[in-house]
Amino acid sequence: MSPEMRHNGYDNLLDAIEDGEGYYLACPEGHGSLPPRRVCPECGSRDLTDEPLPDAGEVVAATTVSVPGPKFADDAPYVTAIVDFGPVRLTGVVRGTDEEPGPGFVVGVDVEETTTEGERVVTFRPR
Amino acid sequence: MANVRIAGTGMTAFGEHAGRTGRDLFAEAGIDALEDAQLDPDDIEELYYGNFMGELAEHQGHQAPLFAEAVGIDAPATRFEAACASGGTAVRAAVQAVRNGEADAVLVGGTERMTDMGTAGATDGLSIAADDLYEIKAGMTFPGAYALMASAYLDAYDADADDLAHIAVKNHDNAVVNEKAHFQSAITVEDAVEAPRVASPLGLYDACPISDGAAAVVLTSESFAADHDLDAPVSVTGTGQGTDNLALQDRESLYRTPAAETAAETAYAEADITAADVDCAEVHDCFTIAEVLATESLGFFEPGEGLAAAKAGETTRDGSIPVNLSGGLKAKGHPVGATGVAQIAELTKLLSGTHARSDALDDPSVGIAHNAGGTVATATVHVLERTTEVDA
Repeated sequence: MSPEMRHNGYDNLLDAIEDGEGYYLACPEGHGSLPPRRVCPECGSRDLTDEPLPDAGEVVAATTVSVPGPKFADDAPYVTAIVDFGPVRLTGVVRGTDEEPGPGFVVGVDVEETTTEGERVVTFRPR
Repeated sequence: MANVRIAGTGMTAFGEHAGRTGRDLFAEAGIDALEDAQLDPDDIEELYYGNFMGELAEHQGHQAPLFAEAVGIDAPATRFEAACASGGTAVRAAVQAVRNGEADAVLVGGTERMTDMGTAGATDGLSIAADDLYEIKAGMTFPGAYALMASAYLDAYDADADDLAHIAVKNHDNAVVNEKAHFQSAITVEDAVEAPRVASPLGLYDACPISDGAAAVVLTSESFAADHDLDAPVSVTGTGQGTDNLALQDRESLYRTPAAETAAETAYAEADITAADVDCAEVHDCFTIAEVLATESLGFFEPGEGLAAAKAGETTRDGSIPVNLSGGLKAKGHPVGATGVAQIAELTKLLSGTHARSDALDDPSVGIAHNAGGTVATATVHVLERTTEVDA
């Protein structure tokens, strides 16, 4: 288990998503990435700027996890999905729908708490 | 550049070794490999050792010198960590050391102790192969990650999830005669399809078990093998490694593994072979979908055709390219750090004609080992060839 500590960059992004002001990092070539980064992983540019995270994204793939790790023991079963927001993709837990969403399902991003330990987790809800 | 011979192999049984320490498991495998090579610990000039999570499993870091000591080796000892490809990266470094003349005789091995962690503990431990911030904190498990890859593959190629069962059935069947295998029992397609889901669409029989175990092989230069009159008919003629984004979300495709494609391209070029030359392969089937992606990355089948080929029996003992005659990770077991080395040990026996499944092959000369870390953010590929003549 990871120690309890703040991870600058990542936690800053979650703070921003909670405030409805999510962002991603963009390089001059238009590649998107997520913080903390000093270098664009696509082209190596070090000229990264914050850009607003699109309001909605589409599910790329989803799975219903029945055998969780300890930190999600009381959350299971839950749906993990990768969602495409255009310049970047995010991984999170899908909430607010009884069905496991298929590719193309439109969601918005938020930050909520896990049932198991009350820790912050990226969540997606239908839009 | 020195040619690299495989002079000896050793493995513990893979499975549950409750209470046995990693150092004891590795001592068994390492001593077996040295005895198989008919060499003494004093002959070994380097230890290359793969291990993933010894700190979590038994609160033991800095394992390389400790485990060298356990085998009786007093030589430089280095640990390699690349998640489930830890063993493969250790093999690659050992091959390079012999090739470039830094050492004439090396022991390369790997160990993982996992079952004492329990299912939840091992699941948590394995998850650290993923991105802690953007995957683990989002609830992604290791089976969940491969489930996302499977889901994307099935969607992209309009394939049936139930067909994955054929890979599980094949690998269990291959392992029935492997006395080192974690599972030596056959299953049916119905068993696999009807088993509880771990992470949809993957069920219990799509996943490899949590195993304890160790493996080791002795690599020598061709001249050392000749000078010591070693019985070492198998050579490592190609080594390749590839890297991809660690997090699945950062990859262009969830159903291709370019790190393995790169590793295969490099290894094949070094050995001057193509996929068509390969007689058998041991691939990293931590989940059934992983074997599909491996066989496509290695060039045995076109992208999108690996699952249908498996269903059609192309990778069975009677097929065009037998895959995982040992039982693979799926049935032989997957003590993480040992896996990449065990693949080399199994292939050496297959190419030497001394494997329990050797009757499946007709005078084989080329075998491939494919070892993957995490969701294939690291991949190694090694080409093994039976070359009995010694040029030294």
